[in-house]
Amino acid sequence: MAQTKARFISLEEGFFAAFLVALAFACLIIAGKTYDQVMAFHTGIGALAAAVSVFVIFKSYFDSDGMPIPQEIDGKPNYNMGPVKFGAVAAMFWGIAGFTVGLIIASQLAFPALNFDLPWTNFGRMRPLHTSAVIFAFGGNVLLATSMYVVQRTSRARMPGKVLPWFVIIGYNVFIVIAGTGYLLGVTESKEYAEPEWYADLWLTIVWVAYLFLFLGTIWKRKEPHIYVANWFYLAFIVTIAMLHLVNNATVPVSVFGTKSYIVWSGVQDAMVQWWYGHNAVGFFLTAGFLAIMYYFVPKRADRPVYSYRLSIVHFWALIFIYIWAGPHHLHYTALPQWASTLGATFSIILWMPSWGGMINGLMTLSGAWDKLRTDPVLRMMVVSVAFYGMSTFEGPLMSIRSVNSLSHYTDWTIGHVHSGALGWVGYISFGALYCLIPWLWNKRGLYSLKLVDWHFWLSTIGIVLYICSMWVSGIMQGLMWRAYDQLGFLEYSFIETVEAMHPFYIIRALGGALFVTGALIMAYNLWMTVRHGEAEEAEATAAGSLAAAE
Amino acid sequence: MADIHHKEIDEISGVETTGHEWDGLKELNNPLPKWWLYLFYACIVWAIGYWVVYPSWPLISGYTHGVFGDSQRADAIATYDKAIADRSHLGDQLVNASFDEILSTPALLEFALANGQAAFGDNCAPCHGSGGTGAVGYPNLQDDSWIWGGTLDDIQTTLLYGIRSGNDDARIAEMPAFGKDELLTKEEIDQVANFVASKAGLEPEAGVDLAAGETVFTDNCAACHGEDLKGIQDTGAPSLLSANYLYGKSLKAIKAQVNSPRHGVMPAWVGRLDPATIKSLAVYVHSFGGGQ
Repeated sequence: MAQTKARFISLEEGFFAAFLVALAFACLIIAGKTYDQVMAFHTGIGALAAAVSVFVIFKSYFDSDGMPIPQEIDGKPNYNMGPVKFGAVAAMFWGIAGFTVGLIIASQLAFPALNFDLPWTNFGRMRPLHTSAVIFAFGGNVLLATSMYVVQRTSRARMPGKVLPWFVIIGYNVFIVIAGTGYLLGVTESKEYAEPEWYADLWLTIVWVAYLFLFLGTIWKRKEPHIYVANWFYLAFIVTIAMLHLVNNATVPVSVFGTKSYIVWSGVQDAMVQWWYGHNAVGFFLTAGFLAIMYYFVPKRADRPVYSYRLSIVHFWALIFIYIWAGPHHLHYTALPQWASTLGATFSIILWMPSWGGMINGLMTLSGAWDKLRTDPVLRMMVVSVAFYGMSTFEGPLMSIRSVNSLSHYTDWTIGHVHSGALGWVGYISFGALYCLIPWLWNKRGLYSLKLVDWHFWLSTIGIVLYICSMWVSGIMQGLMWRAYDQLGFLEYSFIETVEAMHPFYIIRALGGALFVTGALIMAYNLWMTVRHGEAEEAEATAAGSLAAAE
Repeated sequence: MADIHHKEIDEISGVETTGHEWDGLKELNNPLPKWWLYLFYACIVWAIGYWVVYPSWPLISGYTHGVFGDSQRADAIATYDKAIADRSHLGDQLVNASFDEILSTPALLEFALANGQAAFGDNCAPCHGSGGTGAVGYPNLQDDSWIWGGTLDDIQTTLLYGIRSGNDDARIAEMPAFGKDELLTKEEIDQVANFVASKAGLEPEAGVDLAAGETVFTDNCAACHGEDLKGIQDTGAPSLLSANYLYGKSLKAIKAQVNSPRHGVMPAWVGRLDPATIKSLAVYVHSFGGGQ
């Protein structure tokens, strides 16, 4: 028993326990004194989550008899994969939820009766629910899970801390729940892609700083002399998102007992900050983060070296330096001064090649392994993803040019552009990563069914093509109708006529969305069956060996 | 650290690796693709050219104006002014012409109808419907039943100042709330509503004294709606014999209106639309077929 003598509770566990106890009490006090029902609901969730977490921390401490977790087992790093598994499952769950809500709002645009005249289901509340669910809940969990996996594997080190990794992944998902239920109940900061109110923002800040420490801590502990390229991209994503989040969400709550707050920026300054944030959320969340995924999972799956180390360095720094300038192209022909708008457009053009550097490195990594596309639908998905990345990073600079933007701005073309990036690039690289990750995490030999991956691939590819083509047609038509004059100099079409003209394309778009959701459901089933019934990687070998021995 | 670099040649591509390895991942030491690098440079050169030509970089106070002093704000104002100037030839004639002159001059009529149609779609259609067919609470502009008059002048006056719009010259009428303000008993309201319904071609309820209803009507309603129920446009009291009722044509709707009438608002367009457009709208609405 001397060997297993319990140590004192660690500083880390003690800190988190004390912090969460304090948080639970703070939540309870606010819940008790608030005049705001949503605040009461959210602080209730907060108090419950904090209290349960404290219980789990102590239970885990007593269960482990206070023994520290070994950093290595048999000379191999003892990777911490629990939080990665949690993140992967959460990503799949939120993905399906977010895609489904997207399908609902696409159908609402085609058939407004589907708003059901209820506050909770109207487009205004469902739209931020969709965008946040797919970007932050689905995409965010994919990024958290893959980054935790990749940084451990490429650093040959276990993530630091016992509570910290769990705090990050669960804390992040609590933020998602608070944000999402808030939208449905009508709580919003009214900042696009940053709708959560001040208290949710504050909580996310805490979680994000913890995430930064976790990531840096793992890199600090690394056993490799160099830092792998994927980790540069992950780190750029984490640091920049922290900065964007803090500046864009600078807000003054009306009261600590209420949900409402007012942003400190106003007028065109607010617009500029908003799109500095908005564009770089695309640049650093949806691009840098997912490029990190590409840099690990594509070469891994293709079993080929990364095409060019030099290209990865040059396009990384170019991307980081140039992306941050491009935001004003969202505000052409507005109150924003022309010089700012010119700068935004020119930097967007300069950004074209740095973006394509990632595409080249992804695609060229396949050289010598192109034949695998025939047999491996997972790799095919990731390659098509990189192709979509190339397409939308060409379309983006094009749309940032003022004369093109005067046609495309405010039309469905923008929606189509966003979705070729979101469904094609972010969606597919995430699907590819999850298809790789799930068998690895659960020690399975492979996926339950590659045939089903094939189905997923083709259904959702047709879905994406329907989506973006219908939005191109509808968007360009819409833009042309808005600017059409008759020979006497009067507008040719009233607004409602342009809406009517878009109806068929809205139906096609919803159809495309339905195919995409169907594909994701097939994927969820496939992953579920992989975990439940997939062939075990090592257990199988051992079983065969012992059988042979018995004979 | 050079000793940990185990550079090797990748068999498939024949290219040297950097010698680093992470979790089985290696990197080839390929140079930057030439076309990529030159396109990158070309984009930078293009951007610099753009900065020279257009306003682009902020300075301590002000910004670089570009060699041609381009200003999108000035451009937009010039484009707008030109569009207005192009129209003003016929527009000025339209404002100065009488309605009779407009109707008898094809060029002016064509201009007025085009202007009216464009303005109607974005300003009037949200309430009155794309074809002016109206909805409950929003009058039908196609039929020949006019609350405030259907002549070109009447329509223009309504357009200019609106109805209960708050404008000093707005058309104002307010039917008393006979039930809510207890001016009539519930029984009297039932009687008068049934009387109106019977005249308007609806089936009255059985057992209601229509004669008593007529008395109630004469004493309370006829002053505005007229003894003959045909309405009086000067008071803004609609005809009760019309095929369409503003707030629905049913016994229930009539009772509701007598009990506690609704008073819709039409905005005044004077100051919001230019005089030529308002006049054009009058001509356009008049052309729907119901104009008097």
